[in-house]
Amino acid sequence: MTTTPGFTRRDFIKSSGYLVVGVAAAAHADFSGLVEAQAAGPYVDPDFHQLDSWIVIREDNTATFYVGKTDLGQGTGTAFRQIMADELDMPYARTTCVMGTTDLTVDQGGSGGSDALQTDGYPMRRVAAEARRVLLEMASTRLGVPVAQLAVVDGVVSVTGDASRRVTYGELIGGRKFNVTLRGANTDATTGTAPIKTTQQLKIVGQSPQRYDIPAKVDGSLKWAVDVKVPGMLHARNIKPPVAGATLVSIDESSVRNLPGFVKVVSKGNYVAVVCEREEQAIQAARQLKVNWQKPSTAPFPSSEDLFRYMRQATPTSSGNPTIVGNPDEAFMSAARVVEADYEIPFQGHVSIGPAHAMADPSNDQLTIYTNDMKSYGLRNGVAQFLKMPREKVRVVWMEGPQAYGRTAADDAGFEAAFLANELKRPVRVQWMRQEETAWDTKGPAFTIRMRGGLDAQNNLVALDFEARAADHNHLGYNEPDTVLIAQLANMRRAQPARGGADRPSEMYAIPHRRTTQHIVGLPLVWETPLRTGNLRDPNGPQVTFASESFIDELAAAVKADPVDFRLKLLTASTTDDSGFKRARSIATIRAASEKYGWKPRPYPQPRGSGDILAGRGIAYTFRSQTVVAQIVDVEVNRRTGRVWVKRIVCAQDCGLVINPEALKRTIEGGTMHALSRALYEEVTFDTEKVTSVDWASYPTLTHADTPETFDIVLVNGDPNPNRPDLQHYGAGETVCKALIAAVGNAIYDATGVRLRRMPFRSGRVLAAMKTAGV
Amino acid sequence: MPTFTLKVNGRTHTVDVDGATPLLYVLRNDLDLHGPRFGCGLGQCGACTVIIKGEAVRSCIRPISGVNGAEVTTLEGLATNGKLHPVQQAWIDEQVPQCGYCQNGQIMTAKALLDRTPNPTDAQIRQGMSGTLCRCMTYFRIQAAIKRAAKVMASASLQSGSEVIA
Repeated sequence: MTTTPGFTRRDFIKSSGYLVVGVAAAAHADFSGLVEAQAAGPYVDPDFHQLDSWIVIREDNTATFYVGKTDLGQGTGTAFRQIMADELDMPYARTTCVMGTTDLTVDQGGSGGSDALQTDGYPMRRVAAEARRVLLEMASTRLGVPVAQLAVVDGVVSVTGDASRRVTYGELIGGRKFNVTLRGANTDATTGTAPIKTTQQLKIVGQSPQRYDIPAKVDGSLKWAVDVKVPGMLHARNIKPPVAGATLVSIDESSVRNLPGFVKVVSKGNYVAVVCEREEQAIQAARQLKVNWQKPSTAPFPSSEDLFRYMRQATPTSSGNPTIVGNPDEAFMSAARVVEADYEIPFQGHVSIGPAHAMADPSNDQLTIYTNDMKSYGLRNGVAQFLKMPREKVRVVWMEGPQAYGRTAADDAGFEAAFLANELKRPVRVQWMRQEETAWDTKGPAFTIRMRGGLDAQNNLVALDFEARAADHNHLGYNEPDTVLIAQLANMRRAQPARGGADRPSEMYAIPHRRTTQHIVGLPLVWETPLRTGNLRDPNGPQVTFASESFIDELAAAVKADPVDFRLKLLTASTTDDSGFKRARSIATIRAASEKYGWKPRPYPQPRGSGDILAGRGIAYTFRSQTVVAQIVDVEVNRRTGRVWVKRIVCAQDCGLVINPEALKRTIEGGTMHALSRALYEEVTFDTEKVTSVDWASYPTLTHADTPETFDIVLVNGDPNPNRPDLQHYGAGETVCKALIAAVGNAIYDATGVRLRRMPFRSGRVLAAMKTAGV
Repeated sequence: MPTFTLKVNGRTHTVDVDGATPLLYVLRNDLDLHGPRFGCGLGQCGACTVIIKGEAVRSCIRPISGVNGAEVTTLEGLATNGKLHPVQQAWIDEQVPQCGYCQNGQIMTAKALLDRTPNPTDAQIRQGMSGTLCRCMTYFRIQAAIKRAAKVMASASLQSGSEVIA
């Protein structure tokens, strides 16, 4: 990797500082400067109470924003530039953004939970507004007029009525520090004294500048985390136990010692890696290394065929207190009809298209980790604890990488590279192999969900019972080093594993009596298991919403109601709580989807067709992080093969104030299609020793051949007062992943009359269900 | 170790590596061409795709000994005289990538497809691209970009044709 001589951002922050050159002068973040900063250290945390930690303005009147988030490919970096440029009154094109690097950007937690704009966007806006306020005061002194008589356009301050009297931001502050102290109890609360703009004052927000990262991704010039090289760097590959829970007995190093480029076999507990000079040498050595393992005395888990039976019978390792509204027991007893259904959701993988990787450089008695881990700050803290190093000696440089939408083995690889670099005292790059990634990466937890609904004599839904069991007992965390695989293999364990949560339905239906119960169940092998879980795009909403929104459809069918009408009725029912605002937005979003689709009420399911292709339509809706989504799909089910093709998707979404409509549309498309892949194909399979879905043949996903013919997106602003000056921007991304699976299942029911309560809807499963039902 | 010669993006390189080394690692680690990326090492996903003799080839399963003397085009070699290839430009115009890791394979496979089939039907695009995987599921936009590039390329070849006639 080439480096550019010159000062670095760190020099600027650390020194009393006059010159600002180097980092991020290019149109997109230039990481060469970050690599160079390696020589320095210790790596102090940027102080979020200093305006200079967030914004640098140069003499040429360009600005760079430093934010503690990462962009997973949804264009959040572009959105950060838009909101900050807008508050600052700088042209978008004269700004750049640096993200997620622990010694350069304040700790905003990295990414997760679709909170980039909903939570972290506000401190970004406030600090940019504060910078504008300070610059206007400086201009007032310089130009000798009160602030009230100044106007800013594109980073140029001028006197109202006398445009010849002007000064640029660059002339005011370029190359110097603001030295302005901010307030706020934590990063999220960071603020100056300036107010942010009203929605009506925003100009760049709502436009769709093209994403700045895309050109370099299309011409091959972007340096990704996977591309980082430094002189003297070695390559490592892991050797995983052939049976989950196996114990390392011995390693025969002579089996690889004479291979060209061989450097070392490293092991700690059951963790084994081989290190070589060249990448292909490390791959060959890992294949050839003879390791003697002892199988565990008991099976690590039931087979995937037997999983749901096991989960239903298992004693939960923990159970949440039920959430109760009204008196569900009494309501069910007096109900005219009770409908029940059980749903099953298998483990699904993150399965990154690029297996986990990281490079760690221990030069100069410091440790720098180059990674695409979405939570770079957690990685830094965890590695420091794991290696018992002072935090100040460790830094994490976040770079672009293959996304897997959640907490993945990217975290594991960061720890492994750090451990190996520390052992060898040389830079080490590690990357997992495909089979290793697909088998051992974290999983979205499997669920069994039991639903009961009570209907009164007038077909009103009066009681709803949701009881979920999630196999979510060993969950990849955030800061905790003992949640990563290398630590567990090395026998570094806590008393109890980190556990996930089973989640709950997230809709706004007004149902007077409700009970929601969640249990976590463990599998026999608790630690160092390939069935370790990690947040997967929502994280548990797709599973839960598959059950809850399929069941709402089952209730609609039970009372012969149209599924859209049935939902709207549940949302218009009057209640005494304060959900009216959320219900109004829910109704607006469902109506927007059904209008775009051209939904006309009709019998449900429709009378079955007679040809080989059975067509149907389905809807599902969800509410998450203040964002509302309604999705309607058309499916074609092949009666002979069982293949399901989703021919059309309509997605209406309300995430409040939209920053970049075109980027949002693509995020909606991608998230929806990811959910479609989970609906139709994705399932982790295993026998009683190991995971058996290990590559793209055994873990099939959506392909080009499955692409819908039509994809309509409606961006709704369903706020009852859409002209509010403080219209919020909510988390936009993950909500679309929740509802889609149920919409597809509901459409299959409409087409075939067959209700599928186990996902994914692979052709064999659909065909078998149709045969059983006599379709 | 034996030496092998490759002409990559118009430049000739000689490398000294084991003959079994997959072309991917030579491109990435010896020639510093990072467009092709490791995805599976099994020829299943397409992230490592390069073009050899007009064919989209998976460099992760092609040993260097089997491509000695070959002319290879990588993502970095698609632009001519600083101008992006119409397929690359269509990718920007449609704002195709999410994370972008697989897009090397999508672009190179689409380029080879359009060279072979300049005006593909929807079915030909689905069929021709179906083995090239995207975990961000940007398939809908990729297919739109391929259609856009096909139009631009057809109009460009029409223009150059009329210039010849003139």
